[in-house]
Amino acid sequence: MALYLLSVLDEETNSGTDEEMAAIDAFNEGLSADGHWVFAGGLAAPGTATVVDGRDQEPVFTDGPFLESKEYMSGFWIVDAPDLDVTLALAAAGSRACNRKVEVRPFL
Amino acid sequence: MSDVEDAITRAHREEWAQVVATVARRFGDLDVAEDAAAEAFAVAVARWPVDGVPPSPGAWLTTTAYRKAIDRLRRESKRGDKQKEARMVHDDDPPERLGAIDDDRLRLVFTCCHPALSPEARIALTLRLVGGLTTSEIARAFLVQESAMARRITRAKDKIKAARIPYRVPSHEDLPSRLSAVLAVLYLVFNEGYLASGGETDAIRTDLTLEAIRLARLVHDLMPDDGEVAGLLALMLLTDARRGARVSSSGELVPIDEQDRGRWNPELIAEGHALVRARLASGEAPGRYQILAAINAVHTDAPAFGDTDWSQVVALYDQLLRLDPSPIVRLNRAIAVAEIDGPNVALAEVDDLPLEAYHAFHATRAELLRRLGRGDEARAAYDRAIGLAGNTAETAYLTRRRDQA
Repeated sequence: MALYLLSVLDEETNSGTDEEMAAIDAFNEGLSADGHWVFAGGLAAPGTATVVDGRDQEPVFTDGPFLESKEYMSGFWIVDAPDLDVTLALAAAGSRACNRKVEVRPFL
Repeated sequence: MSDVEDAITRAHREEWAQVVATVARRFGDLDVAEDAAAEAFAVAVARWPVDGVPPSPGAWLTTTAYRKAIDRLRRESKRGDKQKEARMVHDDDPPERLGAIDDDRLRLVFTCCHPALSPEARIALTLRLVGGLTTSEIARAFLVQESAMARRITRAKDKIKAARIPYRVPSHEDLPSRLSAVLAVLYLVFNEGYLASGGETDAIRTDLTLEAIRLARLVHDLMPDDGEVAGLLALMLLTDARRGARVSSSGELVPIDEQDRGRWNPELIAEGHALVRARLASGEAPGRYQILAAINAVHTDAPAFGDTDWSQVVALYDQLLRLDPSPIVRLNRAIAVAEIDGPNVALAEVDDLPLEAYHAFHATRAELLRRLGRGDEARAAYDRAIGLAGNTAETAYLTRRRDQA
């Protein structure tokens, strides 16, 4: 089994509808029941981010996200799956549930 | 000596995919498999002229490649690569060659054509790992730098490994869509050879058309009951059968109505017709490739252009339109309609198609306008087609036609 990060791509913040939240809950229950669930979460708006550079003696804090972009990660799943085919099927179901595009990336 | 060279060439053609596929299955690593297969053939080139051709070249090559793969993995594990070491739990016995159940090659084909890879990467990987073409041959075929092609192949193999693209034939429910991705790769390779896109290249790149046919035959041998696989193979055979008549001695593309049908290849036509007949006899609803093959069967069945059963061609295009209602299919249907109902009716069907950027759209309009005696409009349309055509043989033909309009 291997771990994959499923990033939810969004253009707006707090845009999830009640129907989408219900579908995500149902999808999450399925992930747990089938043994794929590791972790998942929604993220606050990119404007709430702080970039920290602690490589020098005094850490430097910068307000805002590291990269400004139109689409950003608004949530994610970490799933455990035997291969990419299984993961792509999970991502397709997750994308349908949250009504957003999902990017799949393997962990090293 | 030339017997040995023949044996090596034949082994490369017939055994390469099997050697790569077997080693890949055993070690779970396409990169290791590719290098091991290449090394095994290099050893064959050195040894067979001295030792003679082994009684079973395929088994010899697989065993040699298998040892080369173990050597490489041992070297890498000595360098402390723990991940590689973990894979060394396999025993050292050479794998048994599977006789009847030759599905390792099919796994290889499906992995190379996985939908998570870019279409360009699928083509490059399939030609390298299944077809056994070298990276420089593939780079030349697609007019890119060898270093760029090598990066494309390496990146694809890295993704397969890191993302764990599985090495297996897809499950029953995924098979139709995954198979259509495989067939699309083979058809792209064939078409790139049949109407090469580079202005400075030959009009027909037989290296690519023959490779595509060879790969289609392989998939057909492995999946003999699949209608679309048979259809694609038939389509390629019936198209390639006309190769000898398709470019004139002066390097000009010859349209089907002017082709010398005596120069068509009767063996390829007979084989293609047999495949089409077998599909018709199956009674299963045909897919896109089977319909295209049937259209080509009608064309190749006619002793002369005037004998073509155009109503049959139009009926087949109607059937295709139900599966694929695309403007290009409608354009091709209109060409057949012109032969039954005349250029006026066909032109009305063509004019509104959203194909402004497609050279064949303008070439078809030009031809219909020329037949209608609308010379100025025809010449303008030929000029548009010439501006968009990327193939010198086609440009030469269109230029001659324009000057006749």
